[in-house]
Amino acid sequence: MTKTYPKASRPSLDDVSVDIDKGDFVFFIGPSGSGKSTIIKLLLHEVAPNKGRVVVNERDVTTMRSWKIPNFRRSIGCVFQDFRLLPNRTAYENVAFALEVIGKSKGVARRVVPEVLELVGLGGKEHRYPHELSGGEQQRVAVARAFVNRPLILLADEPTGNLDPDTSIEIMRLLDRINRTGTTIVMVTHDSNIVNQMRRRVVEIESGRIVRDQPRGVYG
Amino acid sequence: MRAKYVLSEVATGLWRNVTMTIAMMITMAVSLSMLGASLLLFWQVNKLKDFYYAKVEVSIFLKADITEDQRKALRTELAAALLAPGVTSATCPAQAPATVCDPLVQSIEYETKQQAWERFKVQFKDAPDLVNATKADQLPESFRVKLHDPKQFAQIYDKYKTKPGVDDVIDQRELLAKLFNVLGALQRLALIVAVVQGLAALLLVANTIQVAAYSKRREVAVMKLVGASNWFIQLPFVLEAVFAGLIGSLIAFLVLVSAKVFLFDDSLKSLSNLLLPVDWKNIWQLLIYLPGIGGAVSAITGWFTLRFYVKV
Repeated sequence: MTKTYPKASRPSLDDVSVDIDKGDFVFFIGPSGSGKSTIIKLLLHEVAPNKGRVVVNERDVTTMRSWKIPNFRRSIGCVFQDFRLLPNRTAYENVAFALEVIGKSKGVARRVVPEVLELVGLGGKEHRYPHELSGGEQQRVAVARAFVNRPLILLADEPTGNLDPDTSIEIMRLLDRINRTGTTIVMVTHDSNIVNQMRRRVVEIESGRIVRDQPRGVYG
Repeated sequence: MRAKYVLSEVATGLWRNVTMTIAMMITMAVSLSMLGASLLLFWQVNKLKDFYYAKVEVSIFLKADITEDQRKALRTELAAALLAPGVTSATCPAQAPATVCDPLVQSIEYETKQQAWERFKVQFKDAPDLVNATKADQLPESFRVKLHDPKQFAQIYDKYKTKPGVDDVIDQRELLAKLFNVLGALQRLALIVAVVQGLAALLLVANTIQVAAYSKRREVAVMKLVGASNWFIQLPFVLEAVFAGLIGSLIAFLVLVSAKVFLFDDSLKSLSNLLLPVDWKNIWQLLIYLPGIGGAVSAITGWFTLRFYVKV
């Protein structure tokens, strides 16, 4: 697919074609401005491609009607570099919020949220506010929020961007665990460290084009 | 669960921006009061028209020095058998005072000076000074003529104006027309104020919604990310506007009720003898219209603002 932003001199993504299977763990790497983040936006249908299609879970997202999109997004979890937590809610409430706004009852939240916080290694810290948690812990909360609905796909847009190398590894271990439960993971990053350590499929993008697609790649 | 969430969001939203909320309520209240007033005037004018036009008569005022012969002549003439097409002498007894065969005339009544005086006293009972200053003799006697077709006044005027003993022929309808013009103008004025103020209210609603959406942009972003449905995201904001609109309409309603109780039924009571009293039924009708309009307009403006300006 091709995506050109208005006022841009060249397309953000130029004739990019990628197939990702269920259960895959894919890294999208490349320099800043190469178009990596655009991929996430396209998958979430925050933007639409100028040419081509985006198919997720066998549904063509490109031409999806706008009122169906919220439902579609419930099958995808997403974590970001800046965590995007709500600052005036506790860790528990942040995760529960994701359930509340899609209509799950408080009872369901009470059951599921502690479970998933335990899973990400934050057992006992449910009542801390984001500013009382370290960067790594905040990202864990974000992962918990993304994962609480057991989505089929987890997107990650530079999740370790604000974290130190050791914490980054911890987060990657967490994502690896999640991947093993069958969740497809698509991660955009320029953290060479973790890419090299994980040895998963690597797709390299440069100036909007794919230059490499290796099954067990390194950052190179 | 969702209802509680939505309602608590609405409450916090309103409180967070309490100054704007109050401003919204006040502008809505003013606009809706004017709208209500214009509606009331509109209904009242229609009632008046129905009431008075049914009663309206042509008054043939007689000169003070009219002779009995002239009186008799006029009476006979009004009752005279000017046979209209289809009317025979059998169906038109010329002697009966109230039945006429002048094709234009439906009925006539004769009012003596005394009767005029009595009527005057009753009509102006709230103005005793005026009553005392007028003597029974000063009010003219008259024939009160009801026409089949009130629009044919001109013909009656031409016919009877120059008859001996006749002082003047007055079409009460014309007097009423002037009154109705004034009321109509007032009603239109109220409507204009309502519309202008209504525009201000709408802009205020749009602005309040934008501010509210901005201050909750983080929550909204997360909600969209996580897949909350659009109406679920929009609902608290729209409800904030609707709530303000409903309160505004209730204030407007109370204002109009007080106007009825303290103005029309009290200080301006004498006017309500002339203009009919405002029905409580109309006031209750307002209780349905005003909140309905207030709520609907707020909701639509709110939804519109969210959808197209805030892109929620």
